[in-house]
Amino acid sequence: MLDNLDKKIIAIMQGEFPLVAEPYKELAGKIGITEQELLEILNRYRSSGQLRKMGAVLRHREVGFAANALCVWVVPEQRLAATGHIMSRFEAVTHCYARTAQPQWPYNFYTMIHAHTRDECRRIAEDLAKAANLENYTLLFSTREWKKTSMSYFPEYAKGENIT
Amino acid sequence: MLTAFDKNLLNIIQTRLPIESSPFARVAECLNVDEATVLERLRWLKDHGYIRRLGAFFDSACLGYVSTLAAVKVCPTSIEAVARAINAYPGVTHNYEREGEYNIWFTLLTADQDEQDRTLAAIAGLPGVDSLISLPAIEKYKVSVEFNL
Repeated sequence: MLDNLDKKIIAIMQGEFPLVAEPYKELAGKIGITEQELLEILNRYRSSGQLRKMGAVLRHREVGFAANALCVWVVPEQRLAATGHIMSRFEAVTHCYARTAQPQWPYNFYTMIHAHTRDECRRIAEDLAKAANLENYTLLFSTREWKKTSMSYFPEYAKGENIT
Repeated sequence: MLTAFDKNLLNIIQTRLPIESSPFARVAECLNVDEATVLERLRWLKDHGYIRRLGAFFDSACLGYVSTLAAVKVCPTSIEAVARAINAYPGVTHNYEREGEYNIWFTLLTADQDEQDRTLAAIAGLPGVDSLISLPAIEKYKVSVEFNL
C-alpha cells in the first residue's frame, strides 16, 4: 500500500527532473526528506517493480523512427504465452500485450512496432508472423499523434505543504 | 542533427539514469567526458525536442491504477473534435489517429474501474462517435521503449 509520503514522492518525481549535478538532492528538498532517504526509497521502488526505469523517452520521429504501427493479432488462447515470449525478443517490438477481444473485434494480441519506414514495419510484422506461426493479423499505422504525455500520478500530492 | 556522441548518450540515458547522488557524473564516466558536457548536451537535446521526458517512469498497475486501451469509430468530419475531447481527460496518456475502421486509439489510466467506466461512457457518447471498444490487458509481455541509435 502506498502511504502519503510515497504518493508525494511519486507525484514530484513525475515532474521535471533537474538537469543539475545533484538532482536527487534538489528533488528530496522539494519532497521534505533527505537525499539519502530518497535514493533508498527509489531503489526500493525499483526492486518492487513500481519504478519501471530511471531514464528517458525520446521523440521517436525526431530520432528517425518515423513509422509506428499497432499490429494486432488473433492468437489461439493456448498459444498466448508462447507468442508473447517469441515476439518480445524482437527489438522493434516495444509493447506486447494480450488483451480481451470483443465480439466485433476479434484481435486478442497487440504489438507496437517502431521502425524507420512503413515498409520496414510491414517486414517486421511478416517476420513476427513467421516466428510465431500466425497468419491472422493486421497493421494499424498511425497517421496523427494527438497526445503523448506521462501520467500525472497523485497530482494533489505535488502541491501545497509537506505531507509527511 | 544528432552527433555520434549524442547517440551514445541517448542510448545510455534511455534506460540507465543512475539512482545515486551524481548520476550525470556517472554517465560521463561511461562516455569518457566530463559531467558538464553530459549536462549541457542533455539540456540541448531536451530543448530541441529529441528527449520527450527524462526522469522516473512508474508502472501504473503497480501503483494501483486501472488502465485500458480503447478505440473509437468516428465519422471523418468529427475526428478533430473527438480527438480534442479525448485529450482533455488527464488520464488519457496516448491518443493516436490510425488507419482502419476504428480510427482513434487511446490509453486511459484511472484510479479505479468506476472512473474508467464513466470516462469511456462519456467518450462513447460524444457527437460523431459511432462505437467504442475497450481492450483491457490480460497479460503484459513487454514494455520497453528503447531506440538503438
